[in-house]
Amino acid sequence: MRMDLIQPFIGSLDAVLAQMMNAPARIVDLTMEEEGYRKKGTAATVAFRGEIEGRVILDMEPPVAAQVASYLSDGEVNASETLLRETVAELANMVIGNAVTQLNDAGYEFKVFPPEILTVEQCQKAGQDTEATILCFETPAGKVHLNIAMQHHQHWSHDSEPLPVQ
Amino acid sequence: MKQFEALTRKTDRQPVRYLIVDDSVFARKSLAKMVESYGGQVIGEAGDGCTAITEYVRTKPDIVLMDITMPQMEGIEAVDRIVQEHPEARIVMVSSVGYQDNILAALQKGARHFVQKPVKADALYEIIRYVLNDDGVTSPVGAGTETSR
Repeated sequence: MRMDLIQPFIGSLDAVLAQMMNAPARIVDLTMEEEGYRKKGTAATVAFRGEIEGRVILDMEPPVAAQVASYLSDGEVNASETLLRETVAELANMVIGNAVTQLNDAGYEFKVFPPEILTVEQCQKAGQDTEATILCFETPAGKVHLNIAMQHHQHWSHDSEPLPVQ
Repeated sequence: MKQFEALTRKTDRQPVRYLIVDDSVFARKSLAKMVESYGGQVIGEAGDGCTAITEYVRTKPDIVLMDITMPQMEGIEAVDRIVQEHPEARIVMVSSVGYQDNILAALQKGARHFVQKPVKADALYEIIRYVLNDDGVTSPVGAGTETSR
């Protein structure tokens, strides 16, 4: 896995969490995906296609999602399942959007799709050519997992046929 | 939420009217709260570009806050279609995807400004005030100062 492609996602999540939790988040674990990813809390996935293809899953424990919801709503919220899902989807949108912005400005060309809530408990394993890295962030309210599965097409062009997203 | 000096329309001193376009219900609610803290009124919402066009025609808002990445029709195409029919439209892009090509494309299609998520209330207030002042639509007394109501 190319760290220069992963780093913007880590930096973006770190910055957004620090702002919303009002405390720094730290990476406490990093693993490579061996089997399909099993979600730990409320999760959303964002796919991207082009010169870089893959998907990122943002998975948050409910207390973290509730605190982010409070921050985004600027007040106490009733942390319903619907609200937590909307919160995680919006946070995924922000984190991944900010990371993608950095990658695009660095010259990589790809298209991002809207976030989708992960409804299944276990995802399919990323494809044979796609490595997936799982980072665990610890915050004062609980853990956040970021699962990044992507591949870089060195000979990609605008006319290339996009590969299916895992 | 912090309260800002109310932005009102110069012609009738009524609240500035907003159309909020974002596929995330949560983001729409958050933006609605924000513009209400500016004294604004949300007169329409849409979750995709197609609905945004319909809602624009129906509501004729003073300001449109438009996301970029949305299902069915993306924000930049919606801007293009709205501005072609309504060159006076004041559209501010609000998106987490803020790379230069995207911003440039939105501005070329007729968007007036761009703000990246997560949105800071102070920053959005200044942008909206700037866009409205640019057209001579409104300016609060002592514009730019934060206040408690």
